[in-house]
Amino acid sequence: MTPEELHDLAIREKNTQAEAGTTLNVCMAAGCMSSGGDKVKEALTKGLTSAPAGKPCRVKGVGCMGLCEAGPLVQVGSDGPMYKEVKAEDSSDLLKTLSGAPLKRLLCPTDTPFFKRQKKIVLENCGIVDPERVEDYVARDGYTALLKALNHMSPADIIQEVTTSGLRGRGGAGFPTGLKWNTVAKAQSDLKYVVCNADEGDPGAFMDRSVLESDPHRVLEGMAIAGFAVGASKAYIYVRAEYPLAVKRLQIAIRQAEKLGLLGQNIMGTTFNFNIQLRMGAGAFVCGEETALMASIEGKRGTPRPRPPFPAQSGLWGKPTLINNVETFANIPPILRNGGAWYASIGTEKSKGTKVFALAGKITNTGLIEVPMGITLREIIFDIGGGIPDGKKFKAVQTGGPSGGCIPEQFLDMPLDYDSLAKVGSIMGSGGMIVMDETSCMVDVARYFMDFCMTESCGKCIPCRVGTTQMHRLLVQITQGLATPADLAQLEELCDLVKNTSLCGLGQTSPNPVVSTLRYFRHEYEAHIRDRKCPAGRCTIKEEAAV
Amino acid sequence: MITASQKPTVPSTDTRWKLVEAAMRKNGGQADALIETLHAVQESFGYLDDVSLKFVAESLKVPFSRVYGVATFYHLFTMRPPGKHTCVVCLGTACYIRGAQAIIDRVSREMNVEPGETTKDGELSFLTARCLGSCGLAPAVVYDGAVAGKQTADNTLDRVKRRIQ
Repeated sequence: MTPEELHDLAIREKNTQAEAGTTLNVCMAAGCMSSGGDKVKEALTKGLTSAPAGKPCRVKGVGCMGLCEAGPLVQVGSDGPMYKEVKAEDSSDLLKTLSGAPLKRLLCPTDTPFFKRQKKIVLENCGIVDPERVEDYVARDGYTALLKALNHMSPADIIQEVTTSGLRGRGGAGFPTGLKWNTVAKAQSDLKYVVCNADEGDPGAFMDRSVLESDPHRVLEGMAIAGFAVGASKAYIYVRAEYPLAVKRLQIAIRQAEKLGLLGQNIMGTTFNFNIQLRMGAGAFVCGEETALMASIEGKRGTPRPRPPFPAQSGLWGKPTLINNVETFANIPPILRNGGAWYASIGTEKSKGTKVFALAGKITNTGLIEVPMGITLREIIFDIGGGIPDGKKFKAVQTGGPSGGCIPEQFLDMPLDYDSLAKVGSIMGSGGMIVMDETSCMVDVARYFMDFCMTESCGKCIPCRVGTTQMHRLLVQITQGLATPADLAQLEELCDLVKNTSLCGLGQTSPNPVVSTLRYFRHEYEAHIRDRKCPAGRCTIKEEAAV
Repeated sequence: MITASQKPTVPSTDTRWKLVEAAMRKNGGQADALIETLHAVQESFGYLDDVSLKFVAESLKVPFSRVYGVATFYHLFTMRPPGKHTCVVCLGTACYIRGAQAIIDRVSREMNVEPGETTKDGELSFLTARCLGSCGLAPAVVYDGAVAGKQTADNTLDRVKRRIQ
């Protein structure tokens, strides 16, 4: 495909869309699908063909609209009225609104903080484009960043632009993306790889899944730009097998991009070749760790190895490898289109741009949100999230999954960025945000995460394999009211040991949920131990523990 | 000793082996296609066993020990035949906070099956998942592959019982 052809395709698609008139966008991401979104789409399509509306109209399957709790969602165009909890039976009523007043019964207000307070860069196309049609993506400036990169920029220019943007890795650790690209670009080798980490294993996180299901071409475009910048021609996307819909849409997207010559050999008439292959995980949390992920791509058990050497020097099959997360790649096309300086103007001094969060737990509006860095937790939870349901009281918010921590109310007004989260003992992580109310027991939450780490430990290094088991045993005893103060002391000692001596991130960060809950909710631990009581009334205290 | 020229014989005339062979071809037929191939076996036959692992080992020219290691390392691979129906309760953080444990306890008690096991009559495999990513619908339960959101112990038990009858 030549630049002119890409331009023509965009124009053609825009014209077709204009002629088609109003669109009824039906969310076809996993959340709405599991509450019947596909049936709604079917019924609307059928209703449209059997009784044509007055005006031209069509039904379109789109990606995530964000408010997953209220699914299935349907929106008229990309800025018309939105309808929630739509059922197939509602289709004829909905079709009538096309030539009349909006349907009050199902209306989902979009002038609320949930929609108004967000800033969408990564999610700009989510809920608007049909993820299974490359033309729709092209019509919204899709692949123009790749075009610009290949025709008007040198690899060094691209890396400079990414460095200027201040983008940091969205997988959790927040390593500067430009620096990583530069290291891989400088590495000397006949073969280099690009890997997209889509092994979103943190429980309570669904950002990457939503991006892949809603706008897969954006990730492919970001990867191709990265490949050109670092000098790689082969790439892998390592995606969780638990995300069948994301896998399917990626397969379709890759095939479509190859067919149009946007991936494959001699992309856009240049000498640049870039091939992307999908690799499925098989249910191992540790494979989100980059060295374990590479072992898994090679068809081996997903166990990590010591670093250095870092993947940038010696990665897949010993070759220099660039590994970035889904959201990181998804940020690349807009950065190239609008310039690094534009991106750097959003966010805080050390954390630029926006971040996508998966908001869930005891919160009124659960779903997918994108906000500028530096926003406060209070704004996210009480404005965008709509606060705590059922008149309950906020207790803590957990960020960063099993590697993160629980943040209590006193820090809700702190600006959200990589560094302030680290300061209060949590991490940004990949973007899972679980809100807990007064009915959650913080010791039980710590036990829950330790159970997770214990089961997911790959067993290669002893501190993690044995340490997580022992910490879990102690936490179970505490929740059952069977522990002594000496047990608590031992738990703290183990936290320190496992953190400092484990081989990879899984072990090193596994004590975080315990450490952070001990820091802010020590009284809850003490109540279980001293008074043999669970203040939240969540834990079952063993009878023999009664005082 | 297997040499490069020897092609391992397919374990049986079952046509499902063709799907497995196609998956190996599609992924290059090299050692790194191992996980994709095991996915294909499990999708076709429902589980992995010694016969299939041996065939995959010989086809991809990978030591049996490594195939067995991979098959047992990853949680999604199972070495036991699944029940006629499956019920998977999500134990992700959001589902846990919203009461997934109560669902598990209740179903486990009433159906007399431990999480991760299959009932003695082979009717139901009762499993847990790490996180389905359907956190907006917590607690989520998957019945025979279909995700359902906002479940309770009562309606989960009810739906499970209805499927079995």
